[in-house]
Amino acid sequence: MSEITLLYLLAAVLFIVGLKQLSTPRTARRGNAIAGAGMLLAMVVTLVDQDVTGWGTIIAGLVVGTAIGAVLALRVQMTAMPQLVAAFNGFGGAASTLVGLYEIINTDGVFTIETGVVVALTLLVGTVTFSGSFVAYAKLQGLIGGSPISFPGAQTLNAVLAVGIVGLGIWGVAADAVPAYWLVVAVAFALGILGVTPIGGADMPVVISLLNSLSGVAAAMAGFVIQNSALIIGGALVGAAGLILTMQMSDAMNRSLANVLFSGFGTEGAGPVSTGDKPVKAATPDDVAIALAYAEHVVVVPGYGMAVAQAQHAVRDLALALEARGVDVTYAIHPVAGRMPGHMNVLLAEADVPYDQLLDLDQSNPRMSQTDVALVIGANDVVNPSARDDPASPIYGMPILEVDKARTVIVVKRSLSPGFAGIDNPLFYLDNTMMFFADGKAAMEQALKALADV
Amino acid sequence: MSPAFVTGIVVFVLAGFVGFEVISKVPPTLHTPLMSGANAISGITIVGALTAAGFSEGAAATSLAFFAVVTATINVVGGFLVTDRMLEMFKKKPERRNV
Repeated sequence: MSEITLLYLLAAVLFIVGLKQLSTPRTARRGNAIAGAGMLLAMVVTLVDQDVTGWGTIIAGLVVGTAIGAVLALRVQMTAMPQLVAAFNGFGGAASTLVGLYEIINTDGVFTIETGVVVALTLLVGTVTFSGSFVAYAKLQGLIGGSPISFPGAQTLNAVLAVGIVGLGIWGVAADAVPAYWLVVAVAFALGILGVTPIGGADMPVVISLLNSLSGVAAAMAGFVIQNSALIIGGALVGAAGLILTMQMSDAMNRSLANVLFSGFGTEGAGPVSTGDKPVKAATPDDVAIALAYAEHVVVVPGYGMAVAQAQHAVRDLALALEARGVDVTYAIHPVAGRMPGHMNVLLAEADVPYDQLLDLDQSNPRMSQTDVALVIGANDVVNPSARDDPASPIYGMPILEVDKARTVIVVKRSLSPGFAGIDNPLFYLDNTMMFFADGKAAMEQALKALADV
Repeated sequence: MSPAFVTGIVVFVLAGFVGFEVISKVPPTLHTPLMSGANAISGITIVGALTAAGFSEGAAATSLAFFAVVTATINVVGGFLVTDRMLEMFKKKPERRNV
């Protein structure tokens, strides 16, 4: 028995080594493979160690799960990566909940106090992860609106549900009451939906990281239930990793996690924005091509709009054409650009942009004053100077990419509509800003074509 | 509390700190693969699912165990595969051509 525990420990060590290597670009792919090997080891040990009888169920489950997982993973478009990650988080949460429910059926709900508590926690965290992730999935996939949806009293309702879950948990543990545990699942399901629904699309990087963290916590709780250290270690690692990302994403918006989760940002406050009365300079493809062709340093600032327009390849083609002319091109990536942490980096990697051309906030801002052209494509709030200059702005204090310091700013945008926060962007009206009104991909293609004639 | 349970808490807390230490300095470029790789690791709950499926009796328990294996496997297989697919795309800049 003790040797088996050591093999689970080895699996956990492989997870740690894998995660460590995943955090350096050079070794990341190997790290993922090492973590995968750890998983395989844990699975084999589990099957070999015990006198398993239900091979039919196991094989059927593995085959069906592998088929679904592999198809999803191999067919997904890189632009759809945020919703896929959300879905995988959800499946992980569901698995932990199902393991918890199985234990309840298996024991008729008769647990020691501590086991009862961790069963209830497994059900709670697993189910919230499941339903919350699928609401996030639906939002990202466009099945439901991405804007914050809320109603009066929503937070009171959530508080009542949370207290209700605690009550149900106590009832279940104290009275070995099976129905109480099932009710925990039902209420947690509602809580996950109600918790994620009011959160707007631009806050998704925070939500996805948090759900990622919760899927780990759920696995760790399930580890307490079945007393397996591989689950406890693996789950705790993922919980910590997700929490770090969650905090980094909140910091990148200068907001607390509580503010992201509970404020329903953008539903109130800002008020209607008048955008029609200020003059902007509209640019033609030729204007854009000329500005880019005679630049020495160009910084591309992508945002969610680039993902929506699937413009990453067109951006890369334009950048290559500029580089061929001797223009230095870099990319400035805001931590919360897009819908999940690192979203822009994945898209640009897909378009064969080398990762050492991608600069983060701290690397790119000092260069802005030496930049000839900042090409903003599909980004809005993350380049809004009022976050820096206007204490009355709802996003005041959020770190931005200071593109307004570049000699010329070209903003590619379909219209003058404000960003998700409903905040007007003074950048559009600056003297050194040109607005290129077009779909991101079409804009890049037009500019590339015009560039040939410069 | 049973000694095993207390040991579990010790392991949980220490592993959490290891996680913080290992991951705190990840470059933004790797945020998405890190998240999806970590997500695949959270599929370790498959150990519980396999145990359940191996011993389940009765229709209710067997279906729960079956769906536990399915969902955990989707998480594990899909998570590691998609992470590998992403990381395959990440390249360093090739030696610069002389312009």
